[in-house]
Amino acid sequence: MAEGTIATAGGIAARHEETGLWGFTKPQAVAFLLMLAFVLVSPFFLYPVFLMKVLCFALFACAFNLLIGYVGLLSFGHAAYFGMGAYITGYAAKAWGVPPELAILMGGATGALLGIPFGWLAIRRAGIYFAMITLALAQMVYFFALQAPFTGGEDGIQAIPRGTLFGVFDLTADLTMYWLVAAIFLAGFLLIHRIVHSPFGQVMKAIRDNEPRATSLGYRTDDYKLMAFVLSATLAGIAGGTKALVFNIATLTDVHWAMSGEVVLMSLVGGLGTIFGPVVGAAVIITMQNYLAEFGAWVLVIQGVIFIACVLAFRRGILGEIAHALRVKL
Amino acid sequence: MTVNRRTLLGAVATAPVWGALPFRSARAQAANTIRIGVLNDQSGLYRDISGPGSTQAVRLAVQESGITQRGVNVEVVEADHQNRPDVGSTVVRQWIDRDGIDVVVDVPTSSVALAVNTLVREKNKVFINSGAATSDLTGAQCSPNTIHWTYDTYNLAKGTGGAMVRAGGQTWFFITADYAFGHALERDTTAFVTAAGGRVLGGVRTPFPGTTDFSSFLQQAQRSRAQVIGLANAGGDTINSIKQAAEFRITRGGRTKLAGLLVFVTDIHSLGLEVAQGLVLTETFYWDLNDRTRAFTQRVGAMPGNLRPSMVQAGCYSGVLHYLKAVADMGVAAAKASGAEAVNRMKAMPTSDDAFGEGSIRADGRKLHPAYLFEVKTPEESKGAWDYYKLISTIPANEAFRPLNEGGCALVRS
Amino acid sequence: MEDLLFELQLALPQVILGVINGSFYALLSLGLAVIFGMLNVINFAHGAQFMMGAFVAWLLLSYLGIGYWPALILSPLIVGFVGVLMERLMISRLYKLDHLYGLLLTFGCALVIEGLFRNTFGSSGQRYTTPPEFRALDLELADFFLPGYRVWVLIAASAVCLGTWLVIEKTKIGSYLRAATERPQLVQAFGINVPLMMTLTYAAGVALAAFAGVLAAPIYSVHPAMGANFIITVFAVVVIGGMGSIMGAVVTGFLLGFVQGITDVFYPEASQTVVFVIMAIVLLTRPAGLFGRA
Repeated sequence: MAEGTIATAGGIAARHEETGLWGFTKPQAVAFLLMLAFVLVSPFFLYPVFLMKVLCFALFACAFNLLIGYVGLLSFGHAAYFGMGAYITGYAAKAWGVPPELAILMGGATGALLGIPFGWLAIRRAGIYFAMITLALAQMVYFFALQAPFTGGEDGIQAIPRGTLFGVFDLTADLTMYWLVAAIFLAGFLLIHRIVHSPFGQVMKAIRDNEPRATSLGYRTDDYKLMAFVLSATLAGIAGGTKALVFNIATLTDVHWAMSGEVVLMSLVGGLGTIFGPVVGAAVIITMQNYLAEFGAWVLVIQGVIFIACVLAFRRGILGEIAHALRVKL
Repeated sequence: MTVNRRTLLGAVATAPVWGALPFRSARAQAANTIRIGVLNDQSGLYRDISGPGSTQAVRLAVQESGITQRGVNVEVVEADHQNRPDVGSTVVRQWIDRDGIDVVVDVPTSSVALAVNTLVREKNKVFINSGAATSDLTGAQCSPNTIHWTYDTYNLAKGTGGAMVRAGGQTWFFITADYAFGHALERDTTAFVTAAGGRVLGGVRTPFPGTTDFSSFLQQAQRSRAQVIGLANAGGDTINSIKQAAEFRITRGGRTKLAGLLVFVTDIHSLGLEVAQGLVLTETFYWDLNDRTRAFTQRVGAMPGNLRPSMVQAGCYSGVLHYLKAVADMGVAAAKASGAEAVNRMKAMPTSDDAFGEGSIRADGRKLHPAYLFEVKTPEESKGAWDYYKLISTIPANEAFRPLNEGGCALVRS
Repeated sequence: MEDLLFELQLALPQVILGVINGSFYALLSLGLAVIFGMLNVINFAHGAQFMMGAFVAWLLLSYLGIGYWPALILSPLIVGFVGVLMERLMISRLYKLDHLYGLLLTFGCALVIEGLFRNTFGSSGQRYTTPPEFRALDLELADFFLPGYRVWVLIAASAVCLGTWLVIEKTKIGSYLRAATERPQLVQAFGINVPLMMTLTYAAGVALAAFAGVLAAPIYSVHPAMGANFIITVFAVVVIGGMGSIMGAVVTGFLLGFVQGITDVFYPEASQTVVFVIMAIVLLTRPAGLFGRA
């Protein structure tokens, strides 16, 4: 059954289990330093707006991965939290003139507030049902976003100001904005990492691997699942809010089910249940979209083919495969 | 040691990704080259009205402008925005920052158009919009760098609402897609219907998206005994409404007419005359309108999928042709230096081309030309392929669009 | 009282229309339930296969001149054959894995199919004219006109649903099928070719979707996204009904059509969301669905 669980890569017995700083294993620490170096250096030779997009989606994918990789729940409705986070951040920044740091936090709060009732409903079922329920609930959010006056309907919220961070840093400069996005991403990433390696995270994994046993040990598994769900939704909201500031827009695309599908794809490509996988997956998919924009009509087909290829031949994802080949945990 | 091996392996494994990343080095800009970016929907709902056909029309404009004979190079590139504002603005940012694009053309889908509008203004380039419907582009969100070329919601509502009442459709019932766009279309049209002396008897709001069966709403409309059923929706909703109206014989006997508020000739083509006959709609270009439009259609050739050009594609041709005339007039260097200046020059010059005839561009960026109220022919009336419309009335250029002072455009007050 | 009677009189035709629309929900959720029951796979490509069914009917008509009646048989066969290929080449490799992989795989398939049709046929839709012979079935009652074709949709969908139920519950093949769902190894040991049965079951489910597609072609415009519009609602229908029983899927499908029909009259704004609201209520009170086994 080890092969059977969805989080294959997460379940691999690692050769290096000794943990160093912040609960990273040695290879993870190396990977993290590499990622950190890339985040710090890349804006000087890569296009910052593109990098910001990657980081926003990387955080989104990490949030999604928290649920699938560590609790074993596949949500097909994460666009709801991402998109509503974007709308609230955008609206707060534009209509109320809320400073960016607060606006993004409000995006996160939106994700949490939405995640509580949705999670409460959805965790009543697991597996495929959970996926379908989250999809259906997210569809309701989409209808709501279309109708509610503050979202601007089909036009979305346009020309959202990036504002001034802490009243000091003017974010209209792409590079300044980049450092904010990078900081948010790294904070979110480390938070997820900490959660996974906390006692709370251990219980989550126990639920994923054997829920009846976790229950018999006296854990109220539903509470844990709900908490994980809300955390994931919160981070998705923060990612959405940040994206809204970067691109100055919040639109229906962000709440559409295709967005939910995309974040699944990112995590799948990178490696479900690996900490770094979603980051790599987001980078790959965003880069691909960037280039496919000039290919036009084939975007859907190519994304679909990647989905199929990943599921059939490549279930561990890029990082999962690398980790497997090197017999380490990433 | 082991760590080094892994690091190396990791780097090798990610190398393809690195190679594909967009580097920020701006390409050296040839001073004598105008770069045109056609951004539109190449895979979705608006592919047939814009898509690769728009690029084809732009290339014809470049060729006919004669500017290349004067030693100016023109490059045309195209991209798919997938109807997603984030994809659209990413593409345009890179086009401008990296590829030195001077003018962005087409951009259907209002949300994407508004995002591009903001961006092009910030970067001081030129935006010639043909595909989007929102009248905000020349209203609250108007920009000194943008020209809205072909049509807008106000223009369609006025054409269909006002002219239809004058042509005898006194009482109305609306089937409205229940979101901002549908509401706006209904509101605008209602205003013109009542202003022209007509009456609105009622309406129904249909959930959007996801409504596929309109028969129940059509029957409610029929029971109201209104003479005109206004379809304040777009795309698939409109097509299904028209199709099911034929199925339920709503327009039987010719007492009730359907009025489409956002319908394109390609929609009529896909519906077929048997189903679409009697539908009333407004467009600003029809390939078979007069000798000049027929000549243009001849020259531009068949659009992908063997379609005739839509008004959006014709607008791309007309807009780029006029832009290149302005470039020839003011010089390439000046046109490239400031998008706002290029737009100013375009506004100062009268427009003339085969697709839209003579026209002009207003201070708020609105291109002015006549609009036409058409009725779709019956299969018996149609004499051949693509013979779809008969002209009911022409709305002159000075009446076809929203008056300058009503849009709330900041450029007008200053 | 009189007002209410009048309202009800107005509502009756709408309710009939609603139930007719429910036919599509019933056919689609039936196909999903058949596939899920045997393969434990949620077929995300169901909407795309529905669309293919409609497109194949249109292709048969416009390129080969094959009309509606043959298409009603041919199109499900052709699309069902595509289903056989999908099952053999892809889905069958996933049976030993988590069911979620099946969902992800078929989601990918849905994207590919929709994308290919978009590239080939554009997105503004193709027309499929209603065959004229249905005019004979037209119903005209005072203020209410019901096209004969809609009557036919109701008849055909009910017949197919009933037939499928009969095959599964009352025939020998059906008993093998039900047995194989419960204990595949045991059934295999009795000498029944379980993999073949799985392939054929998937093909049958897909054929049901394609059949619904052909039925839908004259009503809706035949375009690449026509299935994607439907499938999320159908998922909600499936959650409401529960995946346990074939009957449950069918009954829930018609029931929700009926509810939507009523909503169309009294509060049209909610007629899409009502399905999701019902889903939430059902989840709160009966998490396994109306007809599901916990």
